[in-house]
Amino acid sequence: MSELNSSPKSLFDKLWERHVVVEETADAPAVIYIDLHLIHEVTSPQAFSVLDGRGLKVRRPDKTFGTLDHSTPTLPANAKGELPYATPEAKIQVETLIKNCETHGIELLNLGDPRRGIVHVIGPELGLTQPGKTIVCGDSHTSTHGAFGALAFGIGTTEVGHVLATQCVLQRKPKSIRVNFDGALPDGVGAKDMALAMIAQIGADGGQGCAIEFAGEAVRNLSMDGRMTLCNMSIEAGARFGMVAPDQTTFEWLHGRDFAPKDLAWNEALADWMELKTDLGAGFDREVHVDAANIRPMITYGVSPDAAAPVDEMAPSPETDAEHHAADYMQFAAGKPFSDVAVNRVFIGSCTNSRLSDLREAAIVMRGRKVKAGVIALVVPGSEAVKRAAEAEKLHEVFLAAGAEWREPGCSMCIAMNGDSGNPGELVVSTSNRNFIGRQGKGVRTVLASPATAAASAIEGHIADPRPYLFARESA
Amino acid sequence: MSFDPIKTLTSRTVVLRQENIDTDQIIPARFLTTTVKDGLGKSAFYDWRYDEDGRPKNSSVFNGVNPATHKILVAGSNFGCGSSREHAPWALSDFGFRAVISSDIADIFKSNAQKNGFLPVEVDEETHKKLLASPGAEVTIDLENCEVTFGDGEKGSFPIEAFARRCLLDGVDPLGHLLNQAPEIEAYER
Repeated sequence: MSELNSSPKSLFDKLWERHVVVEETADAPAVIYIDLHLIHEVTSPQAFSVLDGRGLKVRRPDKTFGTLDHSTPTLPANAKGELPYATPEAKIQVETLIKNCETHGIELLNLGDPRRGIVHVIGPELGLTQPGKTIVCGDSHTSTHGAFGALAFGIGTTEVGHVLATQCVLQRKPKSIRVNFDGALPDGVGAKDMALAMIAQIGADGGQGCAIEFAGEAVRNLSMDGRMTLCNMSIEAGARFGMVAPDQTTFEWLHGRDFAPKDLAWNEALADWMELKTDLGAGFDREVHVDAANIRPMITYGVSPDAAAPVDEMAPSPETDAEHHAADYMQFAAGKPFSDVAVNRVFIGSCTNSRLSDLREAAIVMRGRKVKAGVIALVVPGSEAVKRAAEAEKLHEVFLAAGAEWREPGCSMCIAMNGDSGNPGELVVSTSNRNFIGRQGKGVRTVLASPATAAASAIEGHIADPRPYLFARESA
Repeated sequence: MSFDPIKTLTSRTVVLRQENIDTDQIIPARFLTTTVKDGLGKSAFYDWRYDEDGRPKNSSVFNGVNPATHKILVAGSNFGCGSSREHAPWALSDFGFRAVISSDIADIFKSNAQKNGFLPVEVDEETHKKLLASPGAEVTIDLENCEVTFGDGEKGSFPIEAFARRCLLDGVDPLGHLLNQAPEIEAYER
């Protein structure tokens, strides 16, 4: 065995090495090959314009897939079949992607396609996302796909153009961090709580530009949906990549999906995917330990995702200028329990928490109960497939009976550019990923939380600990 | 694609002291339903500049900012965090800015900015503090020598990735470089 093969490598090292087309030098970054390029309507039109302007073709339309999610309405079409777009521009944006995909021979999950959905929900769901792949999209939450042991990252529109034209990006190999979640998660605590606890611990720039591998017992025990939620939030700690080594959970989840390898090819893929784990003794630039056994349901109280704390705590006193600024905006009274904070809206959805297990979690809390009078609750499935699966289980009836709205799939209130948004001053408990000022509408105050916490808050009309609801159901 | 090369930039600063200024602040998502890059300057920091009725805010730090003389933003750490929207550097460039200086600039924003002739400069804590404390000061960013120079002659150096620096100095997007790798890409695909 050669020296090279015998030195222990991390999962990240292995993924990186497999995709180097040209090694990096002092003068230039590495050329990295991309196995899967996902595109959507918001960050692709200008890239196609550059391509068309230079007379370039899409190099690998067979490795490129489009979906419509960001600007698409979540309310159904009217009697004339017209969708209620937020603006004429939104409609043009959607039509532009449809036209670009037609022109360049790219498969598009168009409006009406039973496979359409949020880009980071449909990639895995269709089996396009696989261990060992490099995956990019003009969207920062592309790290979601790292849950399968893929090297997945968000890129800008110029780079979308690079990938369309060359199927490659220029990258320098970043530093690596292993985040170890030690111990088993307590009951009533999930992947979203893990993500928020980690970001609170290391900071919104704690993983700046780095590759994070999530490891430890609590990560191993997560379902694929949970791993996707965790990897999704890597970017909220500034990281470029977040990943989990694939294992039996991953393989079982992928088996039989539309684009997953079949028959003999499946066995070959499996043998290869088994290699995708960090060798004993492989080095990381930094090791972080998170005490998973002591994580409680988490919420955010500020305007950056690292301003997160257990839901049963009290709002902290602001100290720095930034904390005062955030506290002025959020209007949480220091020293008062978070459960004193009244809620105007609840949003259950987004690429972070819109999968079937997320909806089941919310439904456990909402079943047989009513959303507090005056609170508007929106449940937005991540894809057409999630919507069908949820309806097959009659989850939509639980939400509708509780007084929540059951919408068509899309990004919806996470980015609030399709017309779904809050009003100035309103407080929204949201299962999405960003609590930035104005993110969910001008002047809207966002509190990030898990689906269970969001659902409990909808029922109580104030920020609420979901555990009594979850435990009550378990013992019943 | 090309843009104006940057070798040195001497200008006054606009100081945004806040940390974690995210891309939703730089350009709110409701302005992203465009299919072009031009004309986004009017949406830059829109909610910082205008109130709910669209009237200019009296308190805005951007009031009186002349894009001809104030081309350098100075911001708190982790500037540009959040989404991958390239509309952020497009909007700042269209407004008239050419550079941002901070102690720490978010990964994707930095990459996007460099590809559009918008210079992201990450300086040491001491230089950063001095810049934050002197809004409107005239400073020079020298990309050839990777230095920031204050009016009093004091200097701070900054690191920048070699290839990105070359592209900024030459005013070119890296697409040409990637297209030149076609033989290697073909070999990899086989």
